[in-house]
Amino acid sequence: MPDAPGLELIRGEIERDCPGAVLATSYDRTQAALNVDPTRVLDVLRWLKEQPGHRYDFLSSLHAADYLPNQPRFAVHYELINRDRVERIRVKAMLADVPPAGGDDAEDSPGRESPASETGPAGQQLPSIDSCVELFPTADAQEREVFDFFGIVFRGHPNLTRILMPDDYVGWPQRRDFPIGGEPVTFTYSEERYG
Amino acid sequence: MAERQAEVGLSTDMLETPDRGSEIMTVNVGPHHPATHGVLRLVVDLEGEMVRELRPVIGYVHTGIEKSCEDKSYWKVIPFVERMDYVSYFFQMEAFCGAVERLIDLEIPPRAKYLRTIFLELNRIHSHLVWLGTTALDLGAISMLWYCFRERDKILDLFEMATGQRMHTRYFQVGGVIEDIPVGFEAKCRAFAEEMPVRVGQYEDLLDRNEVFLSRTKGVGIVPRERLLELGVTGPLLRAAGEPWDLRKAFDYLAYPEMDFKIPVGTVGDNYDRYRVRVAEMVESSRIIGQALDALPEGPFIADDRKYVLPPRSELSTSMESLIHHFKLVTEGFRVDPGEVYYSIESPRGELGCFVLADGSAKPARVHYRDPSFVNLQAFREMAVGSYVADMIASLGMLDPILGGVDR
Repeated sequence: MPDAPGLELIRGEIERDCPGAVLATSYDRTQAALNVDPTRVLDVLRWLKEQPGHRYDFLSSLHAADYLPNQPRFAVHYELINRDRVERIRVKAMLADVPPAGGDDAEDSPGRESPASETGPAGQQLPSIDSCVELFPTADAQEREVFDFFGIVFRGHPNLTRILMPDDYVGWPQRRDFPIGGEPVTFTYSEERYG
Repeated sequence: MAERQAEVGLSTDMLETPDRGSEIMTVNVGPHHPATHGVLRLVVDLEGEMVRELRPVIGYVHTGIEKSCEDKSYWKVIPFVERMDYVSYFFQMEAFCGAVERLIDLEIPPRAKYLRTIFLELNRIHSHLVWLGTTALDLGAISMLWYCFRERDKILDLFEMATGQRMHTRYFQVGGVIEDIPVGFEAKCRAFAEEMPVRVGQYEDLLDRNEVFLSRTKGVGIVPRERLLELGVTGPLLRAAGEPWDLRKAFDYLAYPEMDFKIPVGTVGDNYDRYRVRVAEMVESSRIIGQALDALPEGPFIADDRKYVLPPRSELSTSMESLIHHFKLVTEGFRVDPGEVYYSIESPRGELGCFVLADGSAKPARVHYRDPSFVNLQAFREMAVGSYVADMIASLGMLDPILGGVDR
């Protein structure tokens, strides 16, 4: 882990090359994190991967979390490792939820133009972020998993389909407003036959 | 007559003709197939016996464990996550408990660190034994299964002796381990750690000069080291390609910094190297167990923070505070201040990471497992495309995916 001053140094260097891309840093429980602008996440990831002297070139995990009721609600986390210095850094891109179409736009978050959205399978508007499969091929399955469970669209992903849930499933199960349980049983043969 | 001619037409010289490229047949392997080591479906495009394209289809045993964890208090999550990767359950527990301990900033006592290290390494040997037995079985070496499962049973006996359960032991707790090891465990465990390298030598005698095994594994399933790193592959697969990356050495956790062990690496990165690396890891794990038993410190086996750790049973009848703490912990559980932690350990299959997001309540807001099998499976296409079907099955065994962990 880079320590807190080390993290600020990294932030300063990124700021020089990609101004405005890093919104904030956090150093919590000895874990360093960069909170980045979701539209610039690829710039930051590319910088961290390719900048001489840093080379955070191993993406160990990509996952998402739902911070409901906080806004912006979603975050995509990239856990990067620098194997030379044996350091970890987390890149976090916060994504606002897209308000349902036709709903009241009164509570649109101020200071943020309408969030980047993408049309999902059922014509639903979904939050979206650039895919990093080009940079880190390992992200392929993990981005599909995030899409599967959170309905976050990764723009430019070669094959963004559901990976663990059935292809015809409706809903985004890992969202916090998705209820636990109540899933209908799909194997009804015995029920129909034997009652 | 026409049929007869068609039969004649399918002679061997037709197989040799160069323009058989149009004869692509798509075959569905699995999801219920003994050679897929779980509920994995492979859609394979075959040209004769050669694999030309391959798509693993997963999700058949997805049970929504990560979602269910959001509805459980922290200490109730532990038995849940054990059932993801059902061969390396201690690792799942350690990833979760370690993440929660980092969230609440709870230091575990030295004895607990050593006990956890011992059980993790026992579990690593157990996992590799299951892998070796089943994979050798795929390659036709049936007797390996019996020998490997004989030693595996001894490990399960040790688990049963210390924890009461043979699998899914729920032994690790937030703050340490649930119970100290019983009398006699140390001697039995030490005997096992001394016996294991001998047994590994016997496995090697069975396999290392076995012509069939060698020709089936050497030079098969090679993926270059750089490509494996791009694909995020970790664990024995990466080390077999010559990259000495092991989280036990890289990041210090538990008692590993005090242990003297080596990281076995391969040179070519074929299936034979993958076998060699895992077999060598079993010997190293036995050494770690022996050292940890020698250096096992005295003292408490679980932290003494009553806000997070159950009080000893004996205090419940004499101390009102203990009774209250016990009641609060069992009914509501402990609350964790908002924060998020990603904690990763070296599981038998690679980097096992656990991400826990706490929102201040007694239940985690998100538990995510970065499962090594899930990520490693992405390398399978490149291991198998261009090889024979039989080698695809061999490569899948050497990849060692546990589908419970892949699908969660």
